Amino acid sequence: MSEISLRIDGESVAAKEGMTVLEAARSAGISIPTLCHHEKLEPFGGCRICIVEAESRGATRLVVSCVYPVEKDLVVRTRSPKVDRIRKTLVELLLAHAPDSPELQKLAKEYGSDRDRFEKEASFCVHCGLCVRYCAEIKKKNAVGFVDRGVRKEICFIPEIAARECNACKECFPLCPTSYLQACFVLTEALAFPLASAGG
Amino acid sequence: MDKARIDQIVDRHGGEASALIQILLEIQRENHWLPAEALKRVSDRLKVPLARTQHIATFYKAFSLVPRGRHEIHVCMGTACHVRGAQRILDTVEDRIGIKAGETDSELKFSLETVNCIGCCALGPVMEIDGKTHGKISPAKTADVLNGYK
Ligand code: SF4
Ligand code: FES
Repeated sequence: MSEISLRIDGESVAAKEGMTVLEAARSAGISIPTLCHHEKLEPFGGCRICIVEAESRGATRLVVSCVYPVEKDLVVRTRSPKVDRIRKTLVELLLAHAPDSPELQKLAKEYGSDRDRFEKEASFCVHCGLCVRYCAEIKKKNAVGFVDRGVRKEICFIPEIAARECNACKECFPLCPTSYLQACFVLTEALAFPLASAGG
Repeated sequence: MDKARIDQIVDRHGGEASALIQILLEIQRENHWLPAEALKRVSDRLKVPLARTQHIATFYKAFSLVPRGRHEIHVCMGTACHVRGAQRILDTVEDRIGIKAGETDSELKFSLETVNCIGCCALGPVMEIDGKTHGKISPAKTADVLNGYK
């Protein structure tokens, strides 16, 4: 694999072909905020928090760094007034769904997001897909999936699989940026297999 | 719908996971809705995780996870039909079969939906049943048409 050199925040960074801009930045110790990214999982590009400015051949574009592959001589800016403004709004939108998420609050502080800018519609899940993808890609159990679409999209445990697998695993719990995953699991458990978990 | 029939449909598609949507569409067409057992059977046969099948079955509006009637009624409420009295057509249908738009009657005979334009405004007001278009329809004729369905 050939080496590709690019500039990130003024620093020259050497990356391998096929790497994403996010991976290249992290390998050079430059941090870019992420929500839906997980090192062990396939790139997803769902939350857009990792957006950066990328300049090549004179044109500057906004790209999603966790899915954008490195290019030779690309000039990346991980922060700029525009990038910060976009992140600020994205966090505000997500806060309407999960106002008390610690992860979102940290980002809100960094980017000056107003927690109450948008009317609350506390669905708690921010659709990062970490739980669903972790269960499918790493554990290969598919105990939890998405259902429906758009504003009605939500996660849903498959009771038969969850009853068998989840109590011994729960590895997805700490991945969730809100507490919705745990809540959804507890609810499924209470409705569908209360005895299995009580050891009965 | 029994397992054997589902297997037949799956086999016709060579048991290919890539045919998942086609298979679900065929079951939907024949059975008018997708029961949980059908989703499970299809998932098992295609070796597609149930979570994925469920996501697809809930994603597209063409699929229903609740029982649907043998006959699908669509009453057009688009602008052209609206000004030509679509509301009275809808009222008549609701009255005759005793359900509201979005519902299915208890004998699973009819499911009723409103749509926003069927694309034949010149025929308004329009009602479609199982794909057959009934144009320039009056409330009285609506009742007649409904009586013709078993
Ligand atoms: S439940 Fe949590 S981890 Fe799962 S998609 Fe929603 S926010 Fe992400
Ligand atoms: S981390 Fe890149 S889109 Fe979520």
